[in-house]
Amino acid sequence: MHKVYTNIIGIAGDVITVVAEDIGYNEIAQIQTRRGVSLAQVIRLDGKKVFLQVFAGSKGISTGDKVRFLGHPMRVASGENLMGRIFNGSGQPLDKGPGLSDNMIDIGGPPVNPVKRIIPNKMIRTGIPMIDVFNSLVESQKLPIFSIAGEPYNEVLSRIAIQAEIDIIILGGMGLKYDDYLFFRDTLEEQGALSRSIFFIHTASDPTVECLLVPDISLAVAEQFALLGKRVLVLLTDMTNFSDALKEIAITMEQVPSNRGYPGDLYSQLASRYEKAVDFETAGSITILAVTTMPGDDVTHPVPDNTGYITEGQLYLKNAVIEPFGSLSRLKQQVNGKTRDDHRTIMDTMIQLFANYRESKEKLSMGFQMSAFDKKLLKYGRIFEEKMMSLAVNIPLEKALNLGWEIMRECFEPEETGIKKSLVEKYWPNPLLTS
Amino acid sequence: MSEKRTGRILGINGNMVTAEFQDFVIQNEVAYIIHGEERLKSEVIRIRGNIAEMQVFENTRGARIGEEVEFTGELLSVELGPGLLGQIFDGLQNPLPALAEECGFFLKRGVYIKALEENQKWDWTPTAKIAQKVRPGEKIGYVPEKIFQHSIMAPFSLRGSLEIVSIAKPGEYNLKESIARVKDQEGKLHDIFLSQNWPVKIAISAYAEKLRPAQALVTKMRLIDSLFPVALGGTYCIPGPFGAGKTVLQQLTSRHAEIDVVIIAACGERAGEVVETLKTFPEITDPRSGRPLSDRTVIICNTSSMPVAARESSVYTAVTIAEYYRLMGLHVLLLADSTSRWAQAMREMSGRLEEIPGEEAFPAYLESRIASFYERAGLVRLYDGNIGSVTIGGSISPAGGNFEEPVTQATLKVVGAFHGLSLERSDARRYPAIDPLISWSKYKSFIDEKQVEAGHRILKKSHDVAQMMKVIGEEGTTLGDYIDYLKGEFFDFIYLQQNAFDPVDEASSSQRQKYIFNFIYDKILEPEFNFEDKAKALRFFQKLRQLFRGWNSISWDSAEFKKSEEEISGLLALP
Repeated sequence: MHKVYTNIIGIAGDVITVVAEDIGYNEIAQIQTRRGVSLAQVIRLDGKKVFLQVFAGSKGISTGDKVRFLGHPMRVASGENLMGRIFNGSGQPLDKGPGLSDNMIDIGGPPVNPVKRIIPNKMIRTGIPMIDVFNSLVESQKLPIFSIAGEPYNEVLSRIAIQAEIDIIILGGMGLKYDDYLFFRDTLEEQGALSRSIFFIHTASDPTVECLLVPDISLAVAEQFALLGKRVLVLLTDMTNFSDALKEIAITMEQVPSNRGYPGDLYSQLASRYEKAVDFETAGSITILAVTTMPGDDVTHPVPDNTGYITEGQLYLKNAVIEPFGSLSRLKQQVNGKTRDDHRTIMDTMIQLFANYRESKEKLSMGFQMSAFDKKLLKYGRIFEEKMMSLAVNIPLEKALNLGWEIMRECFEPEETGIKKSLVEKYWPNPLLTS
Repeated sequence: MSEKRTGRILGINGNMVTAEFQDFVIQNEVAYIIHGEERLKSEVIRIRGNIAEMQVFENTRGARIGEEVEFTGELLSVELGPGLLGQIFDGLQNPLPALAEECGFFLKRGVYIKALEENQKWDWTPTAKIAQKVRPGEKIGYVPEKIFQHSIMAPFSLRGSLEIVSIAKPGEYNLKESIARVKDQEGKLHDIFLSQNWPVKIAISAYAEKLRPAQALVTKMRLIDSLFPVALGGTYCIPGPFGAGKTVLQQLTSRHAEIDVVIIAACGERAGEVVETLKTFPEITDPRSGRPLSDRTVIICNTSSMPVAARESSVYTAVTIAEYYRLMGLHVLLLADSTSRWAQAMREMSGRLEEIPGEEAFPAYLESRIASFYERAGLVRLYDGNIGSVTIGGSISPAGGNFEEPVTQATLKVVGAFHGLSLERSDARRYPAIDPLISWSKYKSFIDEKQVEAGHRILKKSHDVAQMMKVIGEEGTTLGDYIDYLKGEFFDFIYLQQNAFDPVDEASSSQRQKYIFNFIYDKILEPEFNFEDKAKALRFFQKLRQLFRGWNSISWDSAEFKKSEEEISGLLALP
């Protein structure tokens, strides 16, 4: 019933050109090669010439191979049956389970009407003080972790996934090292979270193009669950690999590159994925946590730069801690006024003092005189780094706030913190009682 | 000739479709791709031989070679008439609330809804008489819309002198009913309705003359109004890296600016930010009218995940609506956030057209497009002698936060004020994060020029001293320099910075700004202070800062205001 074509007239990079008729834009085709069957997507139509990007790569494709057009865009199964399952970037099972074909949905669906969104207002607790206290994560937020290779960003992702109070976790892995994939699988399994997780995994050894599908597939499945009222957390790691795959295809298609070889529509491409994060007016929500590795720790690199303009803040992971400067949750104001009355004060004061600590430290290294207050700051900074910033710390928000008061009491007199009197009276720990 | 001109699709590349046509096509006319039941709107952007290239305002998924294209003969237009205020449109002027009612959560492609509710009745009052001659753009009557008298004008698309043949009596009319009939110079009759259409890419010039912007627009942000003012009918831009607070600044301006109508063009930015505006504005009362802020606001919203081509048209849709309200003698502020996304939309299209790229792959016509957009701002005198204005404020998101990039540079050439945001300032939590050392304005402030200059001077001096201190330390700085440094910091902290969370401090009236600036100039910036040592000076200014902070959050017309002032004066009498 589907038309089969055998006249492949061009192969360049992972894009093949077939002469065919009556083909829809973005339609999916199957290519039968000697290595097996691969999916491909129409990315350009020019008269009878059909350009297809081949997800499994073009290696080994013969000009005589069969191309069968399926007459529909890329689809993925959805629904409860996916829970606990692991798939590749094209939606084929990677675990030993059966292939799924129920509730097939198109990926890369239309955008949400802005008037049907609501202002985000629910905090997601993670047990990490640097997030909960200083940059609260909010349901429906899209937040990337800016980092460099070698930092424990995947550990942070998995920890948040396990501890966050949400219904479903969807992991989209792009260019993931096989070890990292196993790490995610084993960690979630140990913590009993695998049964509420769905994996779409593209590993570093898989063909590059397949990587392009991962965010769309993950988010399409997430959207279905969200429409059913579920709170979904989507983890995407690493979006720089996704962007590099976009670059590769763009160059193959002879598009004019804009910045460092990336296509001019990089912003729109990233935005159409990140903007899937949503809190529906009468249904569930999608929260996106993504990893963006910055080549050379350069935040002005096109990928982190464009990402920063799209997302609602960023967590900056450096030297295995979440840096208070450079990290920002744009939505924290929506929730941190409703937690405890000292939350905002603790957040502002401790960061301000930490900034002062950094200054004193700089002065110290330049050989300037240390005042008594400088010395207090140096002590404060050391304790703050050890008890708050370290990723080993795992405490609920209220405990973290108490800890904040405790640290400040250890280092300062109340007046030196500039905290308003009423709060000092309410929360400043009484040394006679605590010590 | 057949009444319907059609063509067939030859190629599809992203949102660019090429089609072969038979008769003729018009540059920039609207064409529809007939894809089964769906009609996908597009615009002709290039013609070569008998091949037209079109940008499609929708996702082209599933479209096929050979599908029919219908050319409409109309340029991409907006509908102008009563009912625009308080609405939320997408880039093609589809009302989003109505779309949500029809399609639910998602924006279904190929669904278009008329911008204005056709059947709504408006209370019409004619002002023109039969046999009177009017020019296009001249008022012939009005209907009340929210807090304004919405002028109904002779259609801009007609030419020459128009004679009124008939005009409807006062009463209730909807948009489909003719309210007047005019005869043009060729003797042709035209019906006039409460609404009319106008192509977005052409400026409406139905006014007597363009004037030079002179009067300051009060944004109630001290840093802007006092040091880098914007004029009514002027233009300004706000470039800044991400996280520097562009959008917050635009939101504050849209709330507090002393202006009649605000048009917000959310162009290719986060949907969440638009949601905040559209959910909160109906609940905030405009102190000038006592009505919700949404009553004076039109939102054009084409967020980053909505189709790219419609993003390009959204800024034009917005500026056309702004020009329309200007012709009623109103002062309109257009806030475009962000013009970089608009420029990127042009770049994407240019790439698909395989045009020779300019710098950073932006098309060579980038500069002229930006210039002609900002040139649509301006202060104008209408035919009836009234004055109206369109002020344009565009935010820019430069790649890597680098102001050397093409969009920022092209914009700086044409705007009258530059509010450069710096990450350094926002990291130090100094809001608004407009950097006073790099920003400039060609407009005149309502603050005395001599005082403004003193403000700039102390900021510059203070910055120089601070730089020096980083090298030689506090120990090596003279007391005089140190006091200048403290003065500059003080001026920055209590005058330039404003607390957006404080109900009083978030908006500062022009009256208050004049008073406070004068006070600071007379009593702090100008006088010489004598302190024994730096520590004493520091303590003095810390105390002063604390008192001033308190003063800033006391409302202008209260008794405590004077009391606080006296307390500060008392402290100032000491050294």
